[in-house]
Amino acid sequence: MSTWDRFVETFFNAKVMLKYYPDILSGVVVTIELAVLIIVSGLLAGLALALLRALGIRPLNWLIIFVVDLFRSLPPLVIIVLIYFGLPAADISPSGFVSTWLSLAFVLMAFSEEIFWAGITSIPRGQWEASRSTGLSFGQTLINVILPQAFRLTIPPLTNRTIAITKGTALGTVVAVSEILGQASSAMSNSYNPSPLMMGAAAYVVLFLPVVVAARWIETRFAWKR
Amino acid sequence: MVDPIVAARGIHKHFGHLHVLKGVDLEVAERELVFVIGPSGSGKSTLLRCLNRLEEPSAGSVVVDGIDMLDPRTDINHARQRIGMVFQSFNLYPHMTALGNVTLALRKVVGKSRAEADALGMAALERVGLADRAGHTPGQLSGGQQQRVAIARAIALEPRVMLFDEPTSALDPELVGSVLEVMRDLRQSGMTMIVVSHEMGFARNAADRVVFMDHGLIVEQGPPAAIFESPTQERTRAFIGQIQRH
Repeated sequence: MSTWDRFVETFFNAKVMLKYYPDILSGVVVTIELAVLIIVSGLLAGLALALLRALGIRPLNWLIIFVVDLFRSLPPLVIIVLIYFGLPAADISPSGFVSTWLSLAFVLMAFSEEIFWAGITSIPRGQWEASRSTGLSFGQTLINVILPQAFRLTIPPLTNRTIAITKGTALGTVVAVSEILGQASSAMSNSYNPSPLMMGAAAYVVLFLPVVVAARWIETRFAWKR
Repeated sequence: MVDPIVAARGIHKHFGHLHVLKGVDLEVAERELVFVIGPSGSGKSTLLRCLNRLEEPSAGSVVVDGIDMLDPRTDINHARQRIGMVFQSFNLYPHMTALGNVTLALRKVVGKSRAEADALGMAALERVGLADRAGHTPGQLSGGQQQRVAIARAIALEPRVMLFDEPTSALDPELVGSVLEVMRDLRQSGMTMIVVSHEMGFARNAADRVVFMDHGLIVEQGPPAAIFESPTQERTRAFIGQIQRH
């Protein structure tokens, strides 16, 4: 057996791959479910915090800044482990799936709040004044005048940050979530062959490469033109 | 003045330890055009912004068209519809067309349907000579055109008073005329106007009264001819002399 054959048999073993690809596929489904939950809840929570912060209530803003800075400084894995292994001590036992979802959603909330907030504050004061001078309320001004402009500025950094955090779903494997990496590594220990890991890696690329390419397109598309 | 449409009395404004307005009284009659001049930092823009409460006066009273602007019970968003404002930097919404800029408040504040708002918006753009630019975004318009759209945005709400805060200061000289033209038309239609500006030629021709401010106080006021030709105060004389040397 040549070195090449041995390499192919080790990393791209057709028999092993055929046997385990349904497992990887079910991992892909779990990863997609997790990703969608994280993105939707994380971004909504981040936007909600940014809007609350726009109200300018001092003590509330201090609280928001504290929470946001906390979740921006903690490594996501630490949060996952804290929720999964720590909360049961308080008689709350979230599943690995829920722990991973909540942890990464909190992290995305924190980062997206900062990005949304930066977008809102970068809109010149004159936009607020022009709108308010025609009788629009604070909320109407925020929705009709400020946010449409702010979103445009936030889309590139938001896309990048969302991709980075969503890839963290692989951390779920630590708390026994059967997402792509979890399925791939258990398949590897069962088959004594790393081919499932290669499939797992390929699955991540298939899943995220289009998103990365789309993000690049969005970035050029939304470059600010006055 | 029997029944002023704008009556600001004893207006003080502090920004931290800065005392920007030190007790200003300004009354404006209906259909009057009042020009406010003065060196930068004299408080003239702040005074204007106190009239529609974009700035909260530290003390004093502001009554516009019978509405107490500083009363907490006043619906300020409703009151502001009666007071149009035009800004030095236009402040058009860059993500909307010219028509979108003009119709936003008509739809959201007045509650017009899109069709009604569009009709009123087109009429307002017509008045400033820009009906053919209705579909353009601010980025596609010249500075003069942008400022005329901003005027259309304000007059579409049929305000009782128009405030102009240095409307031509950000414009290239060759574009100033088109904006002054629109202001002259407004004046002829009987609009009450308070204008902060350095356009002395326009003040001479169009203003009923010129108010000279310095250091947060009204120093002197009167008909344009009196203020420009024979000011009684030394500070006014110095200021008029300075701007006329240019």
